[in-house]
Amino acid sequence: MIDPQSKPRLAPGCRLSDPGKEPRMLLMPERALRLQGPSFEIIERCDGQHTVAQIVAELQKIYSKAAPEKVAQDIVGYLKLLHDQRALDL
Amino acid sequence: MTPTPANPLALIAELTHRCPLHCVYCSNPQELTARSSELNTADWSRVFEQAAELGVLQADLTGGEPLARTDLVDLIHAARTAGLYVNLITSGLPLDEARLDALIAAGLDHLQLSFQSATAELAEEISGSKTHLQKLRVLNWLQSRRIAVTLNFVIHRRNIDQIQSMLQIAESAKVSRVEFANVQYYGWALANRTALLPTRQQLDASLATLQAAQERLRGRIRIESVVPDYYAKYPKPCMGGWGRKLMLITPEGDALPCHAARVISGLQFDNVKTRGLREIWNDSPAFQKFRGQEWMQEPCKSCERREQDFGGCRCQALLLAGDASATDPVCSLSPRRETIDAILATVNSAARAPTTPLLPAKIDWIYRPNP
Repeated sequence: MIDPQSKPRLAPGCRLSDPGKEPRMLLMPERALRLQGPSFEIIERCDGQHTVAQIVAELQKIYSKAAPEKVAQDIVGYLKLLHDQRALDL
Repeated sequence: MTPTPANPLALIAELTHRCPLHCVYCSNPQELTARSSELNTADWSRVFEQAAELGVLQADLTGGEPLARTDLVDLIHAARTAGLYVNLITSGLPLDEARLDALIAAGLDHLQLSFQSATAELAEEISGSKTHLQKLRVLNWLQSRRIAVTLNFVIHRRNIDQIQSMLQIAESAKVSRVEFANVQYYGWALANRTALLPTRQQLDASLATLQAAQERLRGRIRIESVVPDYYAKYPKPCMGGWGRKLMLITPEGDALPCHAARVISGLQFDNVKTRGLREIWNDSPAFQKFRGQEWMQEPCKSCERREQDFGGCRCQALLLAGDASATDPVCSLSPRRETIDAILATVNSAARAPTTPLLPAKIDWIYRPNP
């Protein structure tokens, strides 16, 4: 389970590709993840400052047409996936 | 005409063939490039810029030993400034803490540290050098620095039973990723194949160990492994397909579709001193040669897996079947699979008979020299 008060931060060696070139990518050892829409907005906030609860609240605002609980569930699932891939420190 | 794939994703930069180690399975060619022929700093910087323009995401700085380049800090800075993600694939020497800090400050994203064994004694035998303790020192320095670290273990018969101890090294150093790559049999490794191929029993035990470790360490260490393709049912999609994902630049600047491509005679390689990377990627005859499917023979040509493994490895087809366009002989559908089965039978029958030692008391290793 992910603690809503934890502050996710990209793991060492995981970073966003330089701005200016689309699509933005999450670069990591031997891998790159193409970021589209919400995935970029989530990762941008994994800066060690935002809590999981704050990320969820901000994304719920951006995607206000989607069911809030669905947004929360998707974000937590995505963060868990990134953590399993060692892309994220929680 | 075969359509050109979008763009390569990674550039493998073999900065030099010089190396303080002499590993018996080195992936460098048997004819090594001398220091005097190596590309200079400006050449490599231009290559990194052209690579980023072409859409390459990652640069793998490798060798030989890339730390043998006195301009390595400048090269890392050039690759990072060009917009690439910078991987350094290294044995960890020559290196001290000050130089490590300089590499990181220059923009290094990820350091892959090779280990030959979990023990100093076997590491010395395999690498022909006393370097294991220095690697442990480097690993210690890395723990206090914010950088991604992968431990690379090249796996073969002599060390495949050590995977548990290798994992302990990784765990206690808190690295984020470990690679267990079984030896691939080209060049130096092919010359030493009889002593390197693991037995079926060893392989099965290692796979069980790895699977359990992957579950136990999920979220802490990413474990990746490459199985020996001689034991596989289907071949590996070598390099993600010829001229589809990767481009390798040799120390003197030749652009190759893979490490071993030079063994295929008649291929024409372009050099980055005389042609741009985009032009090479699109038009170089060596990259065109095995793109798409037109070159394929049966059983590949009509095989439903031809877009998954691309017929396997062209260099292995040449080395073991004598024809670079043939189906990779490790494929169970290859008419030449029996060649591989005969090699495996020798390895495994020697292992089964308790009175026959699997290996002679002293192995006559063929060591890779320094150029």
